[in-house]
Amino acid sequence: MKSQQSSKQKIRREKKTALLTEGRFLNILIGGEAGQGLQTVGTLFAKSFVRSGFSVHVTQTYESRVRGGHNTFSIRAGSEKVLAGQETIDILIALNEETVDLHRKKLTKHGLIIGDGEWKRKEKNWIGLPLKEFGEKIYWNTACVGVAAGLIGLDEKVVAKTIEDTFGKEHSEENWKILNVSYHWLKEQALEWEKLPANPKPAKRLMMTGHEAVALGALSAGLKFCAYYPMSPSTSIAQTLIDWAKDMDLVIEQAEDEIAAINMAIGASYAGAPSMVPTSGGGFALMVEAVSLAAITETPVVIVIGQRSGPATGLATRTEQGELGFVVHAGHGEFPRAVFAPGTIEECFHLTRKAFELAEKYQGPMFVLTDHFLADSYRDMERMDISKLSFIRPNDNSSSVKTPYLRYRITKNGISPRLLPGLSEHLVVVDSHEHMENGHMTENLFLRPKMVDKRLRKGDGIRSEVIPPDFQGDKKADLLLISWGSTRGAIEEAAVQLRAGKKKVATIHFSQVWPVVPDHFVKHLEQSKKVICVEGNATGQFAQLIRRETGFVVQKRISRYDGLPITPEYILRHLQM
Amino acid sequence: MVDIKDYGEYKTAWCPGCGNFPLLKAVKKALVKRGLEPHQVLFVAGIGQAAKAPHYLNANLFNGLHGRSVPVATGAKLANPNLVVIAESGDGCVYGEGGNHFLSAIRRNIDITLLVHNNQVYGLTKGQASPTSDQGFITKAQPEGVLQSPFNPLAIAIAMHAGFVARGYVGLEDPLVDVLVQAIGHRGFSLVDILQPCVSFNRVNTYPWYQDRCKPLPSSYDPTDWEAAIRLSQQWGDEIPVGVIYRNERPPFEDHFSALRKGPLVGQELDHGQLAKIIETYM
Repeated sequence: MKSQQSSKQKIRREKKTALLTEGRFLNILIGGEAGQGLQTVGTLFAKSFVRSGFSVHVTQTYESRVRGGHNTFSIRAGSEKVLAGQETIDILIALNEETVDLHRKKLTKHGLIIGDGEWKRKEKNWIGLPLKEFGEKIYWNTACVGVAAGLIGLDEKVVAKTIEDTFGKEHSEENWKILNVSYHWLKEQALEWEKLPANPKPAKRLMMTGHEAVALGALSAGLKFCAYYPMSPSTSIAQTLIDWAKDMDLVIEQAEDEIAAINMAIGASYAGAPSMVPTSGGGFALMVEAVSLAAITETPVVIVIGQRSGPATGLATRTEQGELGFVVHAGHGEFPRAVFAPGTIEECFHLTRKAFELAEKYQGPMFVLTDHFLADSYRDMERMDISKLSFIRPNDNSSSVKTPYLRYRITKNGISPRLLPGLSEHLVVVDSHEHMENGHMTENLFLRPKMVDKRLRKGDGIRSEVIPPDFQGDKKADLLLISWGSTRGAIEEAAVQLRAGKKKVATIHFSQVWPVVPDHFVKHLEQSKKVICVEGNATGQFAQLIRRETGFVVQKRISRYDGLPITPEYILRHLQM
Repeated sequence: MVDIKDYGEYKTAWCPGCGNFPLLKAVKKALVKRGLEPHQVLFVAGIGQAAKAPHYLNANLFNGLHGRSVPVATGAKLANPNLVVIAESGDGCVYGEGGNHFLSAIRRNIDITLLVHNNQVYGLTKGQASPTSDQGFITKAQPEGVLQSPFNPLAIAIAMHAGFVARGYVGLEDPLVDVLVQAIGHRGFSLVDILQPCVSFNRVNTYPWYQDRCKPLPSSYDPTDWEAAIRLSQQWGDEIPVGVIYRNERPPFEDHFSALRKGPLVGQELDHGQLAKIIETYM
């Protein structure tokens, strides 16, 4: 107690203008090295926000190592929907001193730095905690979060409950103790800071990462089998499924390599288990031959590619949108496909479901393109009504087929009757060679074009179900920003800020990037004075795709390929250039 | 009662005299002996002349990619363990292109039967050396003779305690059928390496060459004796043992999955109540 008195902070903070009540946002960055538990405390901090009724958006950056290095976990919270991350920092929680040096320049005018009092920093916004007195070193991260949570007025009980749900009751005691000490310490200080408004939204919202949403979307779609080879950032999809495998009766197998993973998934799907393979660019490169196999055997399979910086190993734990061209074209031979690129957590859930539906209906490989940023980004979302969602039932109704059963019967829409092996007297014969209607291989050159055309006719169906891009704003805008995938939030928030400056700005987001239907969007491109494509790659892959499919030339691009996600500030800076 | 006629007779794309013919016949006989109906059986084939074999009988068939028959078979077995799954391909496909999958299938002990047509040469691509070609074997592509030592699939499989390891020879039909019947019946991973001549591209390992050397194991041989099996797996040359060389009773891979204790994955209902509970944990 004595020392707490002596360490009493002299800083008297002028009261901030109402940050959150005016619909603005608060950005908290937790920094430290791998192994300091910043992801754990960051997640529980973010969850405490959501449980207190706020919207959150988390951006994580980390190095490709298990210990050491410099990692960050940024939580942007707001009383209205948070669309994107933020580069400037309102509260910097430094779990090591290096974090202060690396990030202090990004602090906002009233921004605070919270860290270990022993560092004796000279910054005017420095809040040094007497951590040694608080408790054991392994709980210091909780203490720092406790002080920050207290400062902005999160209820200690909410944080404590989140601790319990994170660590379990038996492991919560020590964390609760230090949390309580930090809340008490804060009360002793003469610190004043903007408090959050009380519970602006119903608290019963979900919080999950993009890849958790992909995994849950797959579960709700009826996934039964997943094979994978660990690779950042997509291991998290398999891990989420593994966590629920017993509850949901799933078979999840860590394969010997990505080639095995996708071939297993195709085998499982052929035998009737809705299947998915999560991977990243390098792993997907190994899978490509089997993508073509799924196409010619007409076997449903969902492939999720979490993009990261390439080529080859590139930056293993950094984000990029560099695999668009690769995924749209992957696989030898000609066959139809759909490629989805979710831009929000909700889209991660629903578009993964959509990929499963299309895979089953059109009997082939379907793709979901995420990236490192979206994969790890925690966001809040509305609870969905699971009971209303349909799920996949592969066709095992053998009485519905004409006899003799022909797996590849040539039909008007190209969709042939898919039965499952072993469930009836009908034999299900599929082949990677060109084949006859009965599935056996053939070199009949008269039949060959008929089979190619049959498969390609399924593309017409896929095209008829394309999700049109989401256009927002003035139809005759001075500026139209294009996004696909995870850049959605950044362009939409940049547009909000530009409109606040009286600019006529529109946005168009593509959550399906293949196929694209020009009629859905070309008029928007043509009606806007200036069109800019914002994407996380160096060569403007989506701008090129638009040109190829529509003839429309996008005049300007905003690109990012330094491994970090595109932010609203990044877009605004580049618009000024 | 299932009859060999149920498995059909088809025209093939093989060379006259190919070792695949007696092999195909032995496989059909073994399926009939096990009393299996064609629709209960799933063949998964790779690519090569050997991998065409299941096109020439009646059964379910997934003819996949070169080297990848084993992972497809693994996935199908996990989705529906009621299927009798037989992966069938050649020595190049299984031991070369698919080597990693071969090792992993042994580790998993997945209940599939792997039939490897081993003619020690590549047929479909016209006569290059295969992983099992003997050192010094001369081909158009290896004019100085094969430089590498041959892959010994039996030794590898036994060293890794594979569930069931056998060698057959197409010129000894009854022992081959007997081995196939046992392999298909074995619960766990079964390897049957089947020696066969390639009449077009292998002028060394011919019918007479094998006929002089292949000798069925005596009935006194105990295939559960691992050390004896390891020793036997090294035997090649003047006398080549055929028969069941090693077996054990490791539980098959699919037994470990709680999801499969309720029956095949195929046809299982989605448990909406359970899923709703899972979603709650994200609140």
